[in-house]
Amino acid sequence: MQRYVAALDQGTTSTRCILFDSSGRLVSVSQAEHQQHYPRPGWVEHDAAEIWRNVTRVVPEAVERAGATPEQVVAIGIANQRETTVLWDRATGRPVVPAVVWQDTRTAGLVQELAGDEGPDRFRDRCGLPLAPYFAGPRLTWLLDHTRGLRERAERGEVLFGTMETWLIWNLTGGPDGGVHVTDVTNASRTMLMGIDTLEWDPTLLDAMGVPAAMLPQIRSSSEVYGQTRTVLPGTPIAAALGDQQAALFGQTCFAPGEAKCTYGTGSFLLLNTGTETVRSGNGLLTTVGYRIGQEPARYALEGSIAITGSLVQWFRDGLGLISTAAEIETLAMTVQDNGGCYIVPAFAGLFAPHWRSEARGVIVGLTSYVTRGHLARAVLEAVAWQTREVVDAMDADSGLRLTSLRVDGGMTADHLLMQTVADVLDVPVVRPMVRETVSLGAAYAAGLAVGYWPDLEGLRHNWHRAGQWLPAMDEQRRAQEYDNWSRAVARTLDWVRPGPSEQD
Amino acid sequence: MPGSVQSIERAAAVLRLLAGGTGRLGCVEVANSLGLAKGTAHGILRTLQAVGFVEQDRASGKYLLGPGLVQLTVPHLDPNELRSLALNWTDSLAARAGETVRLGVLEAGTVLVASHAFRPDDSEQVLEVGARRPAHACALGKVLLAFDAGALACLQRRPLPAYTPRTCTEPRELAAALATVRRTGWAVDAEELEMGTAGIAAPVQDRGGLTVAAVGIAGPVERLCDASHAPRPALLALVQDAARAISRELAAS
Repeated sequence: MQRYVAALDQGTTSTRCILFDSSGRLVSVSQAEHQQHYPRPGWVEHDAAEIWRNVTRVVPEAVERAGATPEQVVAIGIANQRETTVLWDRATGRPVVPAVVWQDTRTAGLVQELAGDEGPDRFRDRCGLPLAPYFAGPRLTWLLDHTRGLRERAERGEVLFGTMETWLIWNLTGGPDGGVHVTDVTNASRTMLMGIDTLEWDPTLLDAMGVPAAMLPQIRSSSEVYGQTRTVLPGTPIAAALGDQQAALFGQTCFAPGEAKCTYGTGSFLLLNTGTETVRSGNGLLTTVGYRIGQEPARYALEGSIAITGSLVQWFRDGLGLISTAAEIETLAMTVQDNGGCYIVPAFAGLFAPHWRSEARGVIVGLTSYVTRGHLARAVLEAVAWQTREVVDAMDADSGLRLTSLRVDGGMTADHLLMQTVADVLDVPVVRPMVRETVSLGAAYAAGLAVGYWPDLEGLRHNWHRAGQWLPAMDEQRRAQEYDNWSRAVARTLDWVRPGPSEQD
Repeated sequence: MPGSVQSIERAAAVLRLLAGGTGRLGCVEVANSLGLAKGTAHGILRTLQAVGFVEQDRASGKYLLGPGLVQLTVPHLDPNELRSLALNWTDSLAARAGETVRLGVLEAGTVLVASHAFRPDDSEQVLEVGARRPAHACALGKVLLAFDAGALACLQRRPLPAYTPRTCTEPRELAAALATVRRTGWAVDAEELEMGTAGIAAPVQDRGGLTVAAVGIAGPVERLCDASHAPRPALLALVQDAARAISRELAAS
């Protein structure tokens, strides 16, 4: 009997279930999108109950599409959008507030307050992260501060906190009826509440952010059996959970120190494996947990996070209506030879790595009557590429090494022109593996390891194959000039939002 | 002579109705204007919406003519869109078959490579996205020509070049080969473009059976074919599975 591992990828815009076979080949896919709520400028929310409903639909559908029976699924692994904050009632299982998404900037004022005189690096030694609206901890503080009676209920253990994997595992294992309340080290490392070296909730951090310990999940490994499902595919072990970017690192089999990947999705994230060592960045990168298998020591990573890449294309489609599908950005960009002098810096939620400037906002510069929508489309793709260049430069500076090639994955790697542009601006080959869905593959790998479906990491490496490669083809002088233009465009995004009352409530 | 198809006549009437007046009508208005049951009108409108000839205004729920009608003369599927939709399945095919995978569309009588996945042996290979291949000499092209009578007629206006002694250049011979492709639903080329290599391809079809692309594998002739140059059944099945999966993806998009 053929057996499979199911990966559940709970992403920013959709929830997908993918079945993989023992060679790591994709067997079937099922997907459901969920609604994005933007109640105010800078606010982004999800309905966690809608996401859970989607999970109960896509998992059985993926099994059915594979022509398989539930018994053929040996384990479920979860990869999830990180830092998105869910709070729910332990007794009813209902979310008590809308889930606050990682792109949400409502905590900008709070984060500044927390930084105080010591600045954004106040907690960096403890948790590996700078204070920024990106992370879950301050978001939790904000919700506790702004929802009547919530802190008291949380202290009594009536309201539970979790990021998406915690919410899904709790529901899969029974919800109000005995649901398991756990998170994994990679997701916990994005809260600003976990000690990056101790891998436990840090009392100093909890105290500083006013978070009651009673509401927090237990921190576990990324690859171990947390429990059995009770609702969807009943009896199947839930055997892995990783933040989506860490899952992609795992799916790209970047198991050795020095190996790196960049995933192009809603945002883009470059992660470099640094082994058992926590490297503190001097260049705006994050120190984060890469993965932890069972009782082995945790592996760490340096991360360059870019907030807006795929979502810039989405905005081009839905906000401006200049294209009707995301893939058309390439077709439109190919109608012109270059950007026509135009640059777009999508600091929609401030700038992430390596700048970390939450007060920055997006700009389009270099506009003349010559610029057409084709040039704008080029500028969109180039914005993705130059943002990658910035984090690669930071990575090179922190590691003291120069990246020699970049492993890429994610939806946007289907964009041939974009991948060529990334190779051009980085001046290194860009390599795409045979499985574009590395986030899901990583979750499947981690789950399969936990239940013995795959014996070890070395076996997984043999599944990695190159499906495509783009070589740099831009002359050095032009690259330097374009980088200079880009940097000057970035400078124009800074100091835009002024702190005011609207930031506080 | 067979009689006319009533549902097509009604669909045409709906389109004419939407083209006149304010250009925006609700389902009940359409039903009343044409003397149709509401359910029938709704079914026709939803079908026309699915093929892009009609769209529904989000705010009012009313129907109007869709962009698909205006763009009837331009290819309705963007090759970049096609690559994106097909990528999981072209990758999966390469991984399973262990061979190079190409996804092609017909453009100006030649095959435009819309997507390309490397043979999974990690050897040095060059991406061929955007490259062109002669339609009459490769399996992808034969599939595309077999299901597009107009393109074949254009192609046969001038002499077809031979790339190897096995290239099919005789119009009559080619027509017979394409008839076989239509009957079997797949095409093979054994050393017709390059000595030593072969290809196997199957059609990717959109709603209504319109062939919009072909997907196939290519590799050494001895790996892909048996001694009589017939494709190996296991590989052929993988190609057909991938073609069906991509077709399903298109229908769902």
